[in-house]
Amino acid sequence: MQLTINGESRDVDVDPDTPLLWVIREELGLTGTKYGCGIAQCGACTVLVDGYPTRSCQTPAESVTGAEIKTIETVEETETGRRVVEAWVANQVPQCGYCQSGQVLAATALLTETPNPTDEDIEYAMVNLCRCGTYNKIRAAVRDASEA
Amino acid sequence: MTFMQKLLKQAPVNVSRRGFLSGTGALVLSTTLPVRPSKAQEAEAAAGPAVPAFLEIHEDGTAKLLSPFIEGGQGIYTTFAQVVGEELDLAPENFSVEIAPAGPPYDVMGGFRITGGSMSTRTSYELMRQLGASARAMFLEAAAQDWGVDASELTTEPGMVVHEASGRRAGYGELAAVAMDLPVPAEVTLRDPSEFRWIKTPVPRLDVRDKSTGQAKYSIDVEVDGMLLAAVQHAPRLGLTPASVSNLSEIEAMRGVHSVHLLDGAVAVVAGKFWQARRAVEAAEVEWTEGEAQWPMPADFSTDVFRDTLAGKKGEIVEVEAKGDAASALESADTVIEAIYDAPFVVHGQLEPPSATARFNDDGTLEVWTSCQAPEMFQGTAAQVAGLDPSQVSIHSQMLGGFFGRHFLYATSNPFPQAIALAKAVGQPVKLIWTREEDFLRDAPRPLGLARFRGAIGPDGPTALSVEVVGEGPTGRWYDAPVGSDPSATEGISGKSYAIANSHVGQIFHPNPAVIGYWRAVGHSMHDFMYEGFLDEIAGAAGQDPFEMRRALLTDNQRLSTLLEAVGELSGGWQPGPFEAEDGSQRARGIAMASPFGSEAAAIAEVSLDGGEVAVHQVWVAIDPGQIVNPAIVEAQVQSAVALGVSQTLVEELTYEDGEPTARNFDLYPILRPDQMPEVHVRIIESGAPMGGVGEPGLPAVGPAIVNAVATLTGERIRSLPLSKHEFGGA
Repeated sequence: MQLTINGESRDVDVDPDTPLLWVIREELGLTGTKYGCGIAQCGACTVLVDGYPTRSCQTPAESVTGAEIKTIETVEETETGRRVVEAWVANQVPQCGYCQSGQVLAATALLTETPNPTDEDIEYAMVNLCRCGTYNKIRAAVRDASEA
Repeated sequence: MTFMQKLLKQAPVNVSRRGFLSGTGALVLSTTLPVRPSKAQEAEAAAGPAVPAFLEIHEDGTAKLLSPFIEGGQGIYTTFAQVVGEELDLAPENFSVEIAPAGPPYDVMGGFRITGGSMSTRTSYELMRQLGASARAMFLEAAAQDWGVDASELTTEPGMVVHEASGRRAGYGELAAVAMDLPVPAEVTLRDPSEFRWIKTPVPRLDVRDKSTGQAKYSIDVEVDGMLLAAVQHAPRLGLTPASVSNLSEIEAMRGVHSVHLLDGAVAVVAGKFWQARRAVEAAEVEWTEGEAQWPMPADFSTDVFRDTLAGKKGEIVEVEAKGDAASALESADTVIEAIYDAPFVVHGQLEPPSATARFNDDGTLEVWTSCQAPEMFQGTAAQVAGLDPSQVSIHSQMLGGFFGRHFLYATSNPFPQAIALAKAVGQPVKLIWTREEDFLRDAPRPLGLARFRGAIGPDGPTALSVEVVGEGPTGRWYDAPVGSDPSATEGISGKSYAIANSHVGQIFHPNPAVIGYWRAVGHSMHDFMYEGFLDEIAGAAGQDPFEMRRALLTDNQRLSTLLEAVGELSGGWQPGPFEAEDGSQRARGIAMASPFGSEAAAIAEVSLDGGEVAVHQVWVAIDPGQIVNPAIVEAQVQSAVALGVSQTLVEELTYEDGEPTARNFDLYPILRPDQMPEVHVRIIESGAPMGGVGEPGLPAVGPAIVNAVATLTGERIRSLPLSKHEFGGA
C-alpha cells in the first residue's frame, strides 16, 4: 500500500491491519516514534495524521492510506514545530526523553490549531503520559511556545 | 579502608600511547585500577596495550568522556561534563559523553559499579575532578615545553593555554600531541569552589535537543546488520514452562515467521519484523507445564492473602536498631496506640519496554545491546548463558527510556538471556522486544511491604516507639544481606532522626514469592509513608500539631530542622487546614520528612477531594543533598521523584490472583496522568555535608505528606496504599 509520510509517498508491503507505528519504525526506519504500551494509553507513539495527534500503535496502516502523516523527524519543518522544539529545549523538558517525541507532536498539533490555548485547552490536549513526571515543564513549555 | 577512601585511591594515568587511539594525537587519560584486581593483573594492565580510556581530548579541542554510569534521564552525562570541564577548563558543551563498557577501570565504586542507589555523582565526583585537573596540568606542561617557559607562568581559559606575558595562546587540541607523551602529575590542585564557573550552575543538559526531536536512540532502536526480530509469550504464572504449541504449524506458516522456539518459561517467535513476531507469538496456543524456576509463583498466590499473612506473622524479631528501652516504656505507658501499615507491589512502568539485541561474531565473541544498570553483572550472566568467558562478551548499554530500578539483573526479568538463546539458535543477530504486557508479567516489582507500629504517648508526643517490619527486601534477595542488616527491608522506618527516648525497630523475615526488585527510593518509597503516617497519629493522640511536634523532636538535628523551617516558609507558612481555597474547595496540608540515600528532605502537600478522589494541588519540597553540581538537574530530579511519589500514593498497585498479576498494561494499572500532577516547588539547601544522592531522595516524604493531609481533611487515617482503593465522602 501507499502511505504519505513526511511529505513523501512510500510503498510498503505489509498486512493491511499492521499498526502504523510498526510501519513507521520497521518498514521506514523512523525510530523517533516510540512504542510504549501498544493500547493507546500512553501516547509515546503519537504522530500527526492530517494534523491531528494520533496514537499510531492503534491505527491500522490501511486506515491512513490517503492521509498526510507526519512524524517527529520533520517536526521542525513548520514554524510552530520549530517554536515548540525551542521551547522544549529552553525549558529543559526531557528527562529520559522516551515520551517526548509524542509530547512535542501533541503540543505542535495543539498550537497549530489553537495558537493561544487556555489552560483548559492545554489540559485537554496534553494527555500523554510521562513516567519521569516532566508534566510541570511540559505545561510551561507549551505556554512559552504559545506566546510567540 | 572505607569505601570513599577506596574510591580516592584511583588516580589518573596517561594511556595515550597505549590505548586504542595511539597515533591519533589525542590525550587519553585513564585511571589506575581500583582495589580489586590482583598485583599481576595490575602489572599487566599497566603494560597495556588495551587500557581503556576515561577521558580523551581530541585535536579539534573537543573531549570525550566515558561515563561509568548510564544516562536514563537523571542527567548524569551533563553532570560529569560539568565536573570534568570545571577542572579541565573546558566548557561542558564541548564534551560528548558515552557509556563506558563493562570491566575496569570503570568499576569506580570500589571494584564494582551500578547505576543506582543515587550513587553516581557522589561516588565519582572527586575522581572526575582529578581527571579534569590532571589533563589541564598536562596541557600547561605541554605548552611550557613548547614555548620554553615555566609552567607557572601559564594559565588557562576555556579550552586554551595562555601565556599572558607574551600573549601566546594555544588550544588544547593543538597541544594534545605533546601532552600525550607527558607523565600525569602526581599531585594536582583542584579548583577552589569559590571559583567554580560550571559546578553549582544550571548548565543546560547535553541531551535535550536530541530528546526533543526524536533523535535519541534507546535499546529498542538498536539495529545491527542482518538481525531478525523476536517476540515472546511468557507463561502467565512464573514457574510454568511451555510443553508444546498445539498450533505450531499454523504459527510457522504466518507471514514473516522464521522460527518458533520453546524457551524456559516462554515461547518465542523469530521473524523478519517485530510486528510479525508479536502477532505470531500471541496466536500461539501453548500448553504450559510446571517447570523448574528458582522462584516459582505459588498457584494460589494472592496479594490480599499475602498481606494478611504478613499482618499476622509471628517469628523471630531481628533487631535493626534500638535506643533506650522501648518494651518497658510501652509496658508502663498510660496511652499506647497501635497500627498496621502496608504498601502494595508496584511496577517500574518505565516508558520504554525492555529489549535486547544479541549477536555472535565469527571469532566466537558475543555482543549484547540492551538497557542495563549493572554492566559487569549482565556480562557475567550473558557469558554463562552463551557458554563463553566474560572477556568474550561485550555489553553495549543503551540510553535508558526510564529505569527507576527496572534494569538491574533480576533472574527472570531481563530479556537479554532470551535474546542470546535465540541468536544462538538461529545463527543470526536477534533483537527481542518485550511487549508492555510481557514487561508487566515479568517485571521485578517493589515488594509488598508491611509494618506493625506501637507508640507510647506522653503529653508532648512519643515516649516510646516499637516497629516490626515484616517481609523481605531486594538486597536480601539479590545480594544476600542478612535479615536485620538489609537496609532495603527497613530503611525509612530505620534510620529516622527523631529524638524519641525509647525506640526499637526489628525485622521479621517472611519470604516474598514474587521476583522482587528495586524501585525508585527502594525501602524508603514505602517505609517513610508508614513511619511518618504513624508519627502524625502520635501527634493526634498527644494533641500536638504535627509540624510543631516534629520541630521539637528535631532540635538536635540541624539539617532536618533547617529543612523543616525551609519547607514551611516555602509553602507560605505552615497551615494544616482544613481551609477554603480560592476555587471554593476545602483543602488541607500535610508534612513529612525523610533521610534517604545520604540526603535529607522535607515535603508539604496540599490536597482536596474531587468526586470522592484525592487531588494533590501543590507539593513543596526542601532538600539538602549536602553539596550539589547542577541545581537545574537537582530540581528536575525532585520534580520527577515527586511525580512518582504522587503516582504510587494515589493510584498504583499491582495485585496478584491465582499467582498471576491482574494488570498487564497501563489500562488496569494506571500511572500518574498530567491532570493529576501537582505544582511542585523546590528549595535546594546545601548544608556542606558530604554529598548525598539526588535521584531518589525527593520521593519518600511525598506520600506521607499527602496521606497526612488527607487525614486532616477527612479525619480518615489511611494506612494502606494506594488512596484510589479507598472511598472518601465529599468534603
